[in-house]
Amino acid sequence: MSAETVEPVVEKKKAEALFSKRRKKFVNDPLSDDNPISVQVLGICSALAVTTQMAPTLTMAISVTLVMVFSNLIYSLIRNLVPTRVRIIVQLAVIATLVTLVSEVLMAYKYDMYKQLSVFVGLIITNCIVMGRLEAFAQANKPWDSVLDAVGNGMGYSWIILTVAFFREILGSGKFFGWPVFESIGINFPTNGLMVTPVGAFFILGLLIWVQRNKSGYVEH
Amino acid sequence: MQQQSNTYIILFSVVTTIIFGGLLSFANQGLKSKQQKSIELDTKRQILTAVTDLKGKKGKEILDFYDNTIQSIVIDIDGNPVEKDEEGKPIVAEKVNIGKNYKKPSEERQFPVFIFHKEGDPKAVESYIIPVYGKGLWGPIWGYVALDTDMNTIKGVSFDHKTETPGLGARITTPEITDRFKGKKIFDDKGDLISVSMLKGEKNPEELIDTYHVDGMSGATLTAKGLNEMLASYFKYYSKFLKKSEKQVEGVASL
Repeated sequence: MSAETVEPVVEKKKAEALFSKRRKKFVNDPLSDDNPISVQVLGICSALAVTTQMAPTLTMAISVTLVMVFSNLIYSLIRNLVPTRVRIIVQLAVIATLVTLVSEVLMAYKYDMYKQLSVFVGLIITNCIVMGRLEAFAQANKPWDSVLDAVGNGMGYSWIILTVAFFREILGSGKFFGWPVFESIGINFPTNGLMVTPVGAFFILGLLIWVQRNKSGYVEH
Repeated sequence: MQQQSNTYIILFSVVTTIIFGGLLSFANQGLKSKQQKSIELDTKRQILTAVTDLKGKKGKEILDFYDNTIQSIVIDIDGNPVEKDEEGKPIVAEKVNIGKNYKKPSEERQFPVFIFHKEGDPKAVESYIIPVYGKGLWGPIWGYVALDTDMNTIKGVSFDHKTETPGLGARITTPEITDRFKGKKIFDDKGDLISVSMLKGEKNPEELIDTYHVDGMSGATLTAKGLNEMLASYFKYYSKFLKKSEKQVEGVASL
């Protein structure tokens, strides 16, 4: 609705609105129809590894989104300077630099989180979603579009791993962000050990993908 | 210069390397002092967590509390105090790197002991805290064990790890696990070392959880195994010191 009112203004100025219909798609698509985890099935490693509890998952989601936004922005800014033959190495260098920065900052200001996540923060470098966006999107698009694309994909990644973490923590340890839910309402809830192991994440992820594809009608060709 | 030429590619790579490298070393230098403070605070917090509840205390309060309640010494494998290293420099117990010492043969190691006393009264000793270090499933695990003045009863423990699986082995850091060690004993009536070990599996029957055993962690048997080995080996390293101090304490009591 807002898009309809904005678009005539855009034509007069001959510049595209910051959130035009086309650009909204960059953010909205990865949330459902083109989700990096549930549709593209990328970044599964971290989706299994960090999602036993909500708190580290949230830090991971924020870190990945930040790294993705800034790497997409930086790479998009220099995309015309990068020689195509070494572009993958340059992409890696951009991501690795940002990830190391995140890890250094966490170490200085959030030491507890740093200890808990250190391995996985390092693994953001090899997270296929981040590199995938650089190669597939930032390589060929303008900076602002790339930022929106990163925000969309970051949020698409975040909501999936947070959902998985929600079920794993509540079923596996009966807690929500470390707060004992069942204990405080006085129910003796038998926790499910399977949910704490990576296998539990596979089940939830599988169910999520099933529900989503059932709704969207997406089929692999 | 052509964008696909070799000269351009080499030049481009050099420039990006310098920019990214410079950025990282800049961040590293800028954050270094803050990081070291975080690490110091973390170590002191861990030592204290073994004996007391630090809830509500933050940053500087913890450091002040530490200065008021902890006295530290360093001993060798025979339980004798060591004050200077080979080069004649004074040894500070807090600076002893347990992980580096772990790689040396046990006779050459330095063993710190942190003596916890009443706030502001160094003579009213409440417990002796010893550091422990070992191998978990994926990487190092370490911690602190606080013993009562009888040098036998465990007053409390705190554990930490580098890369244990969150939700499984990483649970060793939680009070849920560390509380299980409280009140356990490490020597039998004859004074022989038994150590405390964690059982396999969780929710074991009561009769298995005796004076020398604690309930295990389901899904983290290998971390528990590493934990048991760590505790047994460090109690052994410190056993001479513990025996000596126990006699001293008894001696004082009988006077």
